[in-house]
Amino acid sequence: MAEPPVIQVENLHKYYGSVRAVDGISFDIARGTTCALLGGNGAGKTTTIAMLLGLLLPTSGRIHILGEEVPRHHHRVLPRMNFSSPYVDLPQRLTVAENLTVYARLYGVPRVRERLAALGRDLDIDAFFQRPYGSLSAGQKTRVALAKALLNEPEILLLDEPTASLDPDTADRMRGILTDYQRRGGATLLLASHNMSEVERLCDQVIMLRTGCIVASGAPRELIRRYGRKDMEEVFLDIARGIQSGEVIE
Amino acid sequence: MNSLSAQRIGALALRYLYLLRRSWIRIVELAYWPTVQMILWGFITRYLSGHSDVLGQAAGLLLSGVLLWDILFRSQLGVSVVFFEELHARNLAQLFVSPLRPIELILALMSISLIRTLVGVGVAVALALPFYGFNLFALGPPLAGFFLNLLLMGWAIGLLVAALVLRHGMGAESIAWAAIFALAPLCGIYYPIATLPGWLQPLAWILPASHVFEGMRAVLLDHTFRLDYFLYALLLNTGYLGLAISVFLAAVRHAREHGSLLQSGE
Repeated sequence: MAEPPVIQVENLHKYYGSVRAVDGISFDIARGTTCALLGGNGAGKTTTIAMLLGLLLPTSGRIHILGEEVPRHHHRVLPRMNFSSPYVDLPQRLTVAENLTVYARLYGVPRVRERLAALGRDLDIDAFFQRPYGSLSAGQKTRVALAKALLNEPEILLLDEPTASLDPDTADRMRGILTDYQRRGGATLLLASHNMSEVERLCDQVIMLRTGCIVASGAPRELIRRYGRKDMEEVFLDIARGIQSGEVIE
Repeated sequence: MNSLSAQRIGALALRYLYLLRRSWIRIVELAYWPTVQMILWGFITRYLSGHSDVLGQAAGLLLSGVLLWDILFRSQLGVSVVFFEELHARNLAQLFVSPLRPIELILALMSISLIRTLVGVGVAVALALPFYGFNLFALGPPLAGFFLNLLLMGWAIGLLVAALVLRHGMGAESIAWAAIFALAPLCGIYYPIATLPGWLQPLAWILPASHVFEGMRAVLLDHTFRLDYFLYALLLNTGYLGLAISVFLAAVRHAREHGSLLQSGE
């Protein structure tokens, strides 16, 4: 018997007054896979991730994560998940080590020192453990934020633009770290990204959003074939401009 | 998994202690205003004690009042200003996607408020002895009751201010400083509630602090501990703190409905 999806979303809506930020989306994500939420600005990616995390209450619809109903029981699944986004931050005046220690304790991580040392090595951040988080460069901050997101070895990792503001070399290393992490522990990754080559490299499944609705989904290669394009960049542009499989969406 | 976790409360308290440890200026700032107030009112007491029957009878009235008032003020700031740190740091979303529960956030804020109050007021209390030979602990065991009630009232106001800022944004931040001063004239810190106009007195009596300061005067002037003042204050505080926690939790829910946890910041 097939394992049930670790993330199940059914007919999810989020309205802000008359604005339909998310408008009746449904999708499943299988354990151990990487899924990308794609779409232009305002498509509903961050809103969807925020609802999965319990940061935002849906107007209607159902979410099940690891078999638990969210947001009703989100405190049961939050210790098994984590999140990273360039749009949220960590306390600037605390050192990297202090920030990670606080979050390790919040997540109930056993043997905090050993875990921090391992993350320091893996993400190459141990050299600035004693520096205030606020004094780091954007790229260094992104690595620390990823370290925070990996502290509890989450079964589900939600990443909002994980390589935004990183130079190509650092971004490539981050993708390598995420791939290794997933391979070692069988974690499920859901990421929102504007980087199409990243999506092609990392993702098994893509969900394309436009004005809060799912307009296409499938494996990256399948979408490229369906749209008759050479890469995801071109597929993305087609969808953002309202063209689907060669047809203009009304 | 669903129960309160002392480890998570301790983790958040640790975050604030790291911040305090990192900056000696913050520690000095905690004790600065209580100490300045204590010195100022000490001189006023010294001047007035030769001219006032009441102060001649109990020279510690003004100094006790100012130090107890600072317990209320510091405990309120200890909750609201520390909560603002999370908003300034854009850290609130990180906290709310962690297993930390809102009630644990409240308990962590209360814990750090207690520490900040003990440090801030403690220094002023300690310095009052060499400066003026004044010992707040001369109030005896009732001091513990006064401290408890002022702390609880400070937490209630602090949580209401934090809820207001969570609901309306950082524009409401200045209320943290203004809120408690609006109540000060009604609390009878330096004068009995009977001094207030008759129509204001019922309003004063619904404030726990008014009962505390009347109780303080009873100890200093009549050398009696008024249990009724203590119990009234405790009863009022129970109601206000329960209300403040409910309002804060409602503000968190409102933020979850409107997406403001992700947008919180300056």
